[in-house]
Amino acid sequence: MATSRQAEAASPWRAPILFAVLVALFVLEGTTRNALFSGSWNTSLAILNMGLISAIMALGVNMQWGYAGLFNSGVVGFLALGGLAPVLISVAPVQGAWSAGGLRVMSALLVGLGTVGFAAIVWHRGPKRWRVPGLLVVLIAGFFVYRWLFDPAVMAIEANQSAQYGNLGGLGLPVLLSWPVGALFAAAAAWGVGKVALGLRSDYLAIATLGIGEIIVAVLKNEEWLARGVKNITGIPRPVPYEINLQKDPAFIERAQSWGMSVNELSGIWVKLCYAGLFLVVLLVLIWLSELALKSPWGRMMRAIRDNEIAAEAMGKDVTGRHLQIFVIGCAVIGLAGAMMITHDGLMAPTQYNPLRYTFLIWVMVIVGGSGNNWGAALGAILIWFLWIKVEVWGPQLIGLLTMPLPDGTVKQHLLNSAAHMRFIAMGVILLLVLRFSPRGLVPEK
Amino acid sequence: MDILNALVAFLNFVFIPAAAYGAQLALGALGVTLIYGILRFSNFAHGDTMAFGAAITIFATWALQAAGVSIYPLPTALLALPIGIAGTALMVLATDRLVYRYYRQKKSDPIILVMASVGVMFIMNGLTRVLIGVDEIRFDDGARFVIDVRSFREWSGLTEGLALRTTQLITLVVAVLVVGVLFWFLNRTRSGKAMRAYSDNEDLALLSGIDPEKVVRLTWIIAAALATIAGVLYGLDKAFKPFNYFQILLPIFAAAIVGGLGSPIGAIAGGFIVAFSEVAITYPWKKVAEYLGFDTGSAMLQLMSTEYKFAVSFVILIVVLLFRPTGLFRGKAY
Repeated sequence: MATSRQAEAASPWRAPILFAVLVALFVLEGTTRNALFSGSWNTSLAILNMGLISAIMALGVNMQWGYAGLFNSGVVGFLALGGLAPVLISVAPVQGAWSAGGLRVMSALLVGLGTVGFAAIVWHRGPKRWRVPGLLVVLIAGFFVYRWLFDPAVMAIEANQSAQYGNLGGLGLPVLLSWPVGALFAAAAAWGVGKVALGLRSDYLAIATLGIGEIIVAVLKNEEWLARGVKNITGIPRPVPYEINLQKDPAFIERAQSWGMSVNELSGIWVKLCYAGLFLVVLLVLIWLSELALKSPWGRMMRAIRDNEIAAEAMGKDVTGRHLQIFVIGCAVIGLAGAMMITHDGLMAPTQYNPLRYTFLIWVMVIVGGSGNNWGAALGAILIWFLWIKVEVWGPQLIGLLTMPLPDGTVKQHLLNSAAHMRFIAMGVILLLVLRFSPRGLVPEK
Repeated sequence: MDILNALVAFLNFVFIPAAAYGAQLALGALGVTLIYGILRFSNFAHGDTMAFGAAITIFATWALQAAGVSIYPLPTALLALPIGIAGTALMVLATDRLVYRYYRQKKSDPIILVMASVGVMFIMNGLTRVLIGVDEIRFDDGARFVIDVRSFREWSGLTEGLALRTTQLITLVVAVLVVGVLFWFLNRTRSGKAMRAYSDNEDLALLSGIDPEKVVRLTWIIAAALATIAGVLYGLDKAFKPFNYFQILLPIFAAAIVGGLGSPIGAIAGGFIVAFSEVAITYPWKKVAEYLGFDTGSAMLQLMSTEYKFAVSFVILIVVLLFRPTGLFRGKAY
C-alpha cells in the first residue's frame, strides 16, 4: 500500500510563486509579440478561458484520484454528457418535433430504464430458482417493447425539418441553468458505472470507465434525434453579450475610442472577460467547497481510506460506499465543466471528444499540478493547457531550428510535417517524469 | 425454406468475420493477460504497442517490397513480421527498464503502474504518428481471396455467395500457430514453467531460485510479439490506422476480463466470445431469416447498429463484473 502522501511540508511560498509565473505567462502572451508569444489579448484570454474550464475538469479528477485514489479513464464521456445539457436546456424547441414523437421517445427511454430496474429487482428479490429465467424474460421483453416504441419515434423526429433540425431541440430555458443539469447527467451515469465497477480491483474501474466514455461519445455522434449527432448544433445561447450587439452599442463604441482600441478588438476582449469572470467564480466556489469538505471529518475519512483501505475498513468505514460517493461527485464536477465548455463554444460537435485530449490530458494536468491538492490541480490545468496550445506553435519552430543543418529532402519534410504530433510525446514524457521524480506534483498536498 | 443459402449467408457475414476478429482480439488479450499475470497491472499502452509493432512491420514490408522480395500469394508483411517483433520487443524492454522497473522495485500500487502505462501510451501513440502519420494505410499485397463470391456461386449453384479473404485465413492460421507455440512454451519449457510459477505465487517462485527480472523480460518479449502479430493481422484484415488501435483496447480488455485476467486460456475464449457477440448483435439477420422462410417485412432484425459495437464489449464486461468478477476461467480478480 502507498506510503502516506502527507510527507514533509513544502514551502508555503511555492503555490503563490507558481501562480505568479502563470500570470506572467498570460501577460506575456497578451502583450509581447515575438517567436514565442502572439501579443494578442484575445488569444491570451481565449487560452485562459479554456484553461479555467480545464481547471474545473481537473478538480473533478483530483477529487477522484487525489482524495480517493480512483482511476477514471472515461473523463471524456462524462464531459460529453455534461455538454449535452446546454443543448437540451437552452436551445429553442424544434417546431413539430415533440408532436412527431417526443413523448414516444421519452416513454421508450423510461421503458429502457424501467427494464433494467425491474431486472435488478427480479434478480435480488425473486425466488432463487426463477432468478435466471425471470431476468432473461424481463430483459428480452423490455428490449422488444423499447425498440417498438423507440424506432418509429426516432424516424419521425429525424424526418421533421431534417435539413435544418431533425432533432428534439431543447426547452428554451436560460443557459446557466444547464450547468447544474450537466452535472446531474454526469452524476447519474457515474452512479451506474460506480455501482458495478467499484469494490472490485482498482483496474476494473479504469477499464469500465474507458468503456462508458466511448459509449457516451458514440451515442452523441449517432443519435441525431437527440443533438443532431455529427451534424452538430450551433448557436447555443450565451450567458454573456454578443460581440455584434456590443459593436452596435454607442456607449461601447465611445468607451473603445476613449481607451484607444478598435471596437472589434475590445468587443472580443470584453466578451472573453465576461466568460473568464463567470468561470473564475465557479472555479473559486468549487475550490472553496472542496477545501471545506477536505478539512471536515468526511475529508479526513476519505484520505484515511485512500492511504490505507484495510485499516479504514477495520475502523468500520464503508469503503465502497465512500468510493461511490466521491466518484459520483467528481463526475458531477466534470459534467459541470462539460456544460460550461459547450456554453463557451456555443457549438456542440461530438467529433471533438477525443479521449487523448479530454481524458488523458486532464490526467496529466492533475498529476503535474499535485494530486490531492485542489490549488495544485487548478494550477496544473491552466499551465498544461497553456503549454498544450503553445507547443502547437513552438513545436514546428523547434523542429525547424533543429533540422536547419539537414539538407532539404523527404526526411526533413517528414519531420517538419510530423511536428504536430510531438505534443503527445511531450505530454507522455512530462507525465512519466513527474510521476517518477516528483510524484506529489508542483504544489504537493498539505 | 432454404437452409443451405441461410447457412452460407451466416458463414459469410457472421462466422468468418467474427472468427478472424476473434483471433485478433484473442492475441491482443493474451498479451494483456500475460502482463497482468506477471506484472499485475492492466497495460493501457497495449493498443498502442500493437500500432507501433504494426508500423515497424509496415516499414519493413516497404523495404522488402522495394528490394523486390515477394511471397505472393501471401502478403509480404508476414515476412517482415520478425523485424517488427524485434523492434517492438526492444521498445517495450526499454520502457520496462526506464519506466516500470522503478515502480516494481518500489512495490507501488498497481494503479500507479496503470498511470505510468498511460504515459507510455502517449509516447507510443506520438511515436507511431510521427513515424507513419495518421492516415489509413493498406499494406496487404497478397492475393485478395481464397474463395471469392463468384466462383463459389458457380461451384455450388447457390444464390448466396461466400467469400473467404486471404487475410482472414492467414489470421486464423497464424493465431492457431501462435497459441500452440505459446502453450507449448508455457507448459513444457523451463522458462515457461518459471513464468507460470511466478504468476501463481511470486514469493514461492523467488524462493525456488527463479530470477524475477528474467521472467519479466521474457514476459515483455512475448507480449511484444503477441501485440505485433495481433496488430499486423488486424491491420492486414481492416487497414492500418493508429487511432483504431486505441479503440480496440476496450474489446481487448473485455476479452481478457471475461476469460479471467491472468488466464491465457481465458483470454482466447474471451476474444472469441466478445467477437462473436459483437458481430452477431450488430448484423442484420433479415437475409438469413428470409432464407429460413420467415417473412420479416421491413424489419432488419438488427439488434444494434454497428456504431455501437463497443457497447457490446462493454455490456459483456459489465455482466461479468456483476456476476463473476474472476472471469470464466477464474483469473485473479482481487
